[in-house]
Amino acid sequence: MLQGWVVVLASFAYLGLLFAIAYYADQRADQGRSVIASPYVYSLSLAVYATAWTFYGSVGRAAADGVGFLPIYIGPTLMIALWWIVMRKILRISKANRITSLADFIASRYGKSALVGGVVTIIAVIGILPYISLQLKAVSNSFTIVMQYPEIVMPAKVGALPVFQDTALWVALILAVFTILFGTRHLDAAEHHEGMVAAIAFESLVKLLAFVAVGVFVTFGIYRGFGDVFSRASADPALAPMLSPLEGVAGSYASWVWLTILSMLAIMFLPRQFQVAVIENKDERYLDKAIWIFPLYMLAINVFVLPIAFGGRLHFPGGSVDADTYVLTLPMAEHQELLALLVYIGGLSAATGMVIVETIALSTMVCNDLVMPVLLRLKRLRLAERPDLTRLLLAIRRGAIVLILLLGYLYFRLAGEAYALVSIGLISFAAVAQFAPVVFGGLFWRNATRRGALAGLLAGFGVWAYTLLLPALARSGWLPGSLLEHGPFGIELLKPLALFGLSGLDQITHAMIWSMAANVGAYIAVSLSDSPSAEEHRQASLFVDVFRRAGGGGARFWRGTASVPDLQHVLARFLGATAADEALREYARARGRQWPDERIVADADFVHFVEVQLGGAIGSASARIMVAQAVKEDALTLDEVREILDEASQVVVYSHRLEQKSRELEAATAELRTANEQLKELDRLKDDFMSTITHELRTPLTSIRAFSEILLSDPMIEPAQRTKFVTIIMKETERLTRLINQVLDLAKIESGRADWRVARVDVKEIVADALAGMAAVFDEKGVTVTTSLPDHVPPVTADLDRLIQVLLNLLSNAVKFCEPGRGRIDVSLSESDGHARVDIRDNGPGISLADQAVIFEKFRQAGDTMTAKPPGTGLGLHISRQIVEHFGGRMWVESRIGHGACFSFTLPIETVPVGAHRA
Amino acid sequence: MEGDGGKGQRLVALCMLGFLTFNYPVLALFNKPLLFLGIPLLYAYIFAAWALLIALMARVVGRAGS
Repeated sequence: MLQGWVVVLASFAYLGLLFAIAYYADQRADQGRSVIASPYVYSLSLAVYATAWTFYGSVGRAAADGVGFLPIYIGPTLMIALWWIVMRKILRISKANRITSLADFIASRYGKSALVGGVVTIIAVIGILPYISLQLKAVSNSFTIVMQYPEIVMPAKVGALPVFQDTALWVALILAVFTILFGTRHLDAAEHHEGMVAAIAFESLVKLLAFVAVGVFVTFGIYRGFGDVFSRASADPALAPMLSPLEGVAGSYASWVWLTILSMLAIMFLPRQFQVAVIENKDERYLDKAIWIFPLYMLAINVFVLPIAFGGRLHFPGGSVDADTYVLTLPMAEHQELLALLVYIGGLSAATGMVIVETIALSTMVCNDLVMPVLLRLKRLRLAERPDLTRLLLAIRRGAIVLILLLGYLYFRLAGEAYALVSIGLISFAAVAQFAPVVFGGLFWRNATRRGALAGLLAGFGVWAYTLLLPALARSGWLPGSLLEHGPFGIELLKPLALFGLSGLDQITHAMIWSMAANVGAYIAVSLSDSPSAEEHRQASLFVDVFRRAGGGGARFWRGTASVPDLQHVLARFLGATAADEALREYARARGRQWPDERIVADADFVHFVEVQLGGAIGSASARIMVAQAVKEDALTLDEVREILDEASQVVVYSHRLEQKSRELEAATAELRTANEQLKELDRLKDDFMSTITHELRTPLTSIRAFSEILLSDPMIEPAQRTKFVTIIMKETERLTRLINQVLDLAKIESGRADWRVARVDVKEIVADALAGMAAVFDEKGVTVTTSLPDHVPPVTADLDRLIQVLLNLLSNAVKFCEPGRGRIDVSLSESDGHARVDIRDNGPGISLADQAVIFEKFRQAGDTMTAKPPGTGLGLHISRQIVEHFGGRMWVESRIGHGACFSFTLPIETVPVGAHRA
Repeated sequence: MEGDGGKGQRLVALCMLGFLTFNYPVLALFNKPLLFLGIPLLYAYIFAAWALLIALMARVVGRAGS
């Protein structure tokens, strides 16, 4: 079934299918139901990295030197881990500025410089040509080989056939038409190609499926698994060294390292990778999945490379078959026609995917960053006055696509034969690696300037052309071979393959070392000795600080006068009237207005909006030119830009300070509130105290007054009665005096003005004194007192009189609550933990738990004070506790209702230095 | 980077780990003419380490969420 017409038909059917997918995806996008808004589609579209190079070339490389093909896929795995930091920043910047291509990104960073954009475009186009020629070579070779079936014949040498019989030319033209249909059917203001991305994702699946299918067939169909292939290979003396190949065949570890670095840069700076990863990205959160799915894809498509390579070498000994074609020729040799067709389609997938995206990306760059800036500056063309330029833009892009593919074909004719697939591709990798310094530098280094970027790019590209492009042309016979052998004009030091005598490295490593040295060196040196313009300074800040600035801050930098109709006119010319209207409606909607609305004025915001929209269609450099022509601008000076930037950072600093201050203020307020509440509480307590004390004072006063009045009004009163009344008056007076004394006492203690006569005090002595003083009362009440006093207790530091006051208070309390005649009081003194402890236990009614909690407070007494007022002032316990605590001790009560109460206090032994002092 | 909960740092660490894993001298340790389960030691090492690295990356981005 591998007749020629079947193959041709299958090829066109496959391309038709791709087109159908793209068409469907575009339709869905127009309806707002995007099929590519998925991290999985995004990851698959990144796999456009795997081209015909991967599909055919990896096996070719592996057949020559074992693992040498792997750094190309390990590099992206390492790089994508850094994407979380680098790519997110690029995505933010690109979305805010509607970046349309890699050239646009770099030009925009360096002051929207059309010159930088142009240089990047030229480097990209020239650098990518070998890569495109590789795809043409792979497709035309695979087509030619399949057409020869069942024979396995290698294609004729390039150039042996006349141009118009050359399959590669036809492949190039067909692909050009196909790409034009794909990428430039209409002009999208945001450069989104949803259909293309959907088709690319589908192609990634097809090429993976085809490659895995042939891998499984070779490994398990022709051989009996991995072990079988490798054990046969190790038995073959020609293949055995390739099982541990790093020192021998693959050259050195140096080339391994450089290939890794090269591919790390390629995954970011190949124009097609930038296109799918940045321009076509719909949501930066897709990175979450892509970070592991894309490397997994790379791993999967490489698992079978080595078995196929060894299988091929074992199957076709003697080198009669080009190892780059093993993937196709192995199934053919085994007469697996269907599989061969699948492989052919898989290869076609890989090549077309690359060519489509790469040429679309390059054509955008050529149009926006090379042709348009020149055309717009040519006043003779009066381009800026034409009503509709969208057709012109499309024509330029279509022309660029055809031109790029024909140039790719030209390179294929000129130099395609001298190298294997992988080596051709690496030349392109080395070219795009030249963008790395200016992009990474541009993202993180504020002081990099436009001239620095130009110097770096030109120096790096120059060295690249000299050490890689020139030798490729020389080897193909287009330049004299003596150039490589003896250097230009016989100067050995300038030999392109051993510059300044650096030899012993492979060609790519050699070129990378010198070109990177020149590139980075020139970039840094020129940037440092240069001072940026206002525009550069502003763009640098917008790029480097993208995460720190909310929204695109571009509008702040514009000053001038403009009119809405003028700008609308400009927009309509480049986007088309409908798209321009749509954009302006969007602008109005975002500000809560209708379009048109005379309240929308051409302020800085509006001008910025128009410029960004234009940038989406024609690139930032061209957009700058157009807007500058349409409005009257006052250029900002560098100082003014600096001022605006400083203001912005000042505002940030101020707002930080403000936050700090308000936090401090809040804390202070909270403190004040607490203090205020304490004050209120104290105030309330004081009120309570006043009302209580007034009440306490009035009770005795009332009875004194009542009895005095009786005595005064009734002179005939009996002497016995009189004596009784006078006694009451005296007792009440005593009670008043006691109360007033205690209140004064308390006031002194609480205000800290009390006189303390501090001395060494023997607690045992005091207890004995107190008991003696109370003996009369005990007798009177019929209370039995037992004591348990140790022989000796170390002295404590306290005020003797005050301590006696405490003991008397506790003892009289105990007596008060004892039942007359049956009372028992135990007084004990002990020493523990460096404290002297006194317990006074009675057998009274006991104190409830609720009362225990409050009896030490002022005027709080146990029992119901409303019905049965207990004797005493209600201040004694409070004062006692104050005294004990003043000397560092503690006072508490333990009691159960019906089982008496035990008041205890402790005093530390010898803690306060001896001697009288005022506290 | 802003608000990524250390994800970026972990990924950078993995990138550096990977760079060491797939370079001299670690690579030289496995560059021996031996077969491991029928597969050349160097190839087995590279693919196993590669798969492990991808698994770790998936874990880092997966665990931190978005």
